[in-house]
Amino acid sequence: MAATENTSTGNAGGLLGWIDARFPLSKLWREQVSEYYAPKNFNFWYYFGVLSLVVLVNQLVTGIYLTMSYKPSAAEAFASVEYIMRDVDWGWLIRYMHSTGASAFFIVVYLHMFRALLYGSARKPRELLWIFGCLIFLLLMAEAFMGYVLPWGNMSFWGAQVIVSLFGSLPVIGGTLVEWIRGDYVIADATLNRFFALHVAAVPIALIFLVIAHLMALHEVGSLNPDGIEIKEHKGADGHPLDGIPFHPYYTVKDLVGIVVFLLLFCGVIFFAPTFGGFFLEAPNFEPANLLQTPPHISPVWYFTPYYAMLRAVPSFAGTQVWGVLVMGSAVGVLFFLPWLDRSPVKSIRYRGPVYKIALAIFSIAFVILGLCGMKPPSGIYPLLAKICTVLYFAFFLLMPWYSRLDSVKPVPQRVT
Amino acid sequence: MRARMKLLAGCLAAGLAASLLPAGAAFAEDGENYLHAGTNIRDAESLQRGARAFMNYCSGCHSLKYLRYNRMGEDLGIPAAEVAASLMFVSDKPFDDINSAMPTDSDKWFGKRPPDLSLIARAKGVDYVFSFLKGFYVDKSRPWGVNNDVLPNASMPFVLQSLQGLQKPIYKNETVDGEAKVVLTGVEPLSPGSMTPAEYDQFVRDITNFLDYAAEPIKAKRQFVGIFVTLFLLVFLGLAYLLKKEYWKDVH
Repeated sequence: MAATENTSTGNAGGLLGWIDARFPLSKLWREQVSEYYAPKNFNFWYYFGVLSLVVLVNQLVTGIYLTMSYKPSAAEAFASVEYIMRDVDWGWLIRYMHSTGASAFFIVVYLHMFRALLYGSARKPRELLWIFGCLIFLLLMAEAFMGYVLPWGNMSFWGAQVIVSLFGSLPVIGGTLVEWIRGDYVIADATLNRFFALHVAAVPIALIFLVIAHLMALHEVGSLNPDGIEIKEHKGADGHPLDGIPFHPYYTVKDLVGIVVFLLLFCGVIFFAPTFGGFFLEAPNFEPANLLQTPPHISPVWYFTPYYAMLRAVPSFAGTQVWGVLVMGSAVGVLFFLPWLDRSPVKSIRYRGPVYKIALAIFSIAFVILGLCGMKPPSGIYPLLAKICTVLYFAFFLLMPWYSRLDSVKPVPQRVT
Repeated sequence: MRARMKLLAGCLAAGLAASLLPAGAAFAEDGENYLHAGTNIRDAESLQRGARAFMNYCSGCHSLKYLRYNRMGEDLGIPAAEVAASLMFVSDKPFDDINSAMPTDSDKWFGKRPPDLSLIARAKGVDYVFSFLKGFYVDKSRPWGVNNDVLPNASMPFVLQSLQGLQKPIYKNETVDGEAKVVLTGVEPLSPGSMTPAEYDQFVRDITNFLDYAAEPIKAKRQFVGIFVTLFLLVFLGLAYLLKKEYWKDVH
């Protein structure tokens, strides 16, 4: 341990000492990594934070390389993507890493968020940590949507047409707002250009700042764990939590195992099923954008389908479709309030009663079914299913103040198990 | 603990099952009963035959604008001299994209410009392409005297007619939503062409295979590289696991 060292004043020699006298390099390393004490009982669900970071880096690096050959213009975008796929050395690999990374991002982030529902990671004092996370999720959706438009395939075009026109349902300002977003009367060159600017510059910068804030908040309050108890409440003589272990080397080597397992799955998709049966890259997107030819069935990429299903589940009322848009927005908005909706005296699902477990199970199944409904044409049983599941989705959050308080609890251990 | 994990696993399994079952059903309902193409991207001879057939019968009208002649030659193992001698238009250079001989006003000939086929196999699937090439039937109401049961009212003349011969439609009377309708259920041979049905199947399968290659020239190499990436990661996983185990020995 380097705890007794006093490097912050720079009395160590060499280059590191020179730097430390001018910049808190060793101090940062100690506080954030080598002496950041994390609970020793992290399980499977705790891999998805670091995996989100891995995917973020993957998206940033491959994204930079894609920008070197991509042409953000309606006339050239589609051909430039094929140029990357065929003529740029290893361009196909970079493109598939980026397109698969988009789906992988949502997989790991959804699981990361589910972990918070399991173990109460959003609860006091981690409310702000959770809110930063929700903002990241929101930005990620914007980032993914605009990124999906860039290849300028026919699904890019019509998907953008549908999503952007949602803003048109807002009363009074709707029409003007849509025109302002598109920069034209249809999705066109101007739209593609601004989406490119937002996708490669504005949103990534905001994302990086938020991820840093998310990590700073995490390291300030400390990580929770599957038992939902605070390890800082039981410290040893050395001032370190008795149930904590330094993030480095313990969790760096453990996360490495998780990262390699993730990479095996990730590379499996990249090399053997890059379209993933039409889920990660949709077939109509291999045809260039065509204003005159609507794809037989427009559906967003899988990660948006739960919210898309909610949008369609709400009927128009009083002559406007705006209610569906509001419901879809609220479905994301309600997440922000989770820390205050949950009134259970315990945090972890391990010590909660059957009510929360059943509620969470129903919520999870409803979310998956919503995702399926969003992929289907709105006919047959799907509209009804979507309506039921939308109600269940909101009931999980809005009834939580009552059922979480009424639920039975088991005694919580003092130390992690 | 265990019971809880089981409950959790149960939830996940149920969610997973819920997500897989209807998805499987979806493919059945979307796939419009296309014939199975049975192509193989690693069958070099089939790809070479397909390239030759494409150049002879298709490239007059259809371009492959995202594929270059020399790339095709390298990938398919066709010597550059042979590509130049028998597969290229005389005016083209080896590094040129595979363009059609169509003038730009060709939409006046067919009602629409013959589409570029670089990505048709990815956009529609190989089964679609295979079925389309086998789906022409006699229809006197169409400008070229033929229609297609995969792409109704296709504006393309049946350029392979001398090979396959002609097919006639099979109609059935059906009641749809209380209305009597004549529905096309399939096609059957009318007059023979120069190829036997089996020969023709192989001929269009080769073209389909070639178009599958053209839609993603890197496909075979991608899968080949993927095997080594997977092997590397498996070895890395073993080492990473041992490293983790060694470090975690003192965590109790």
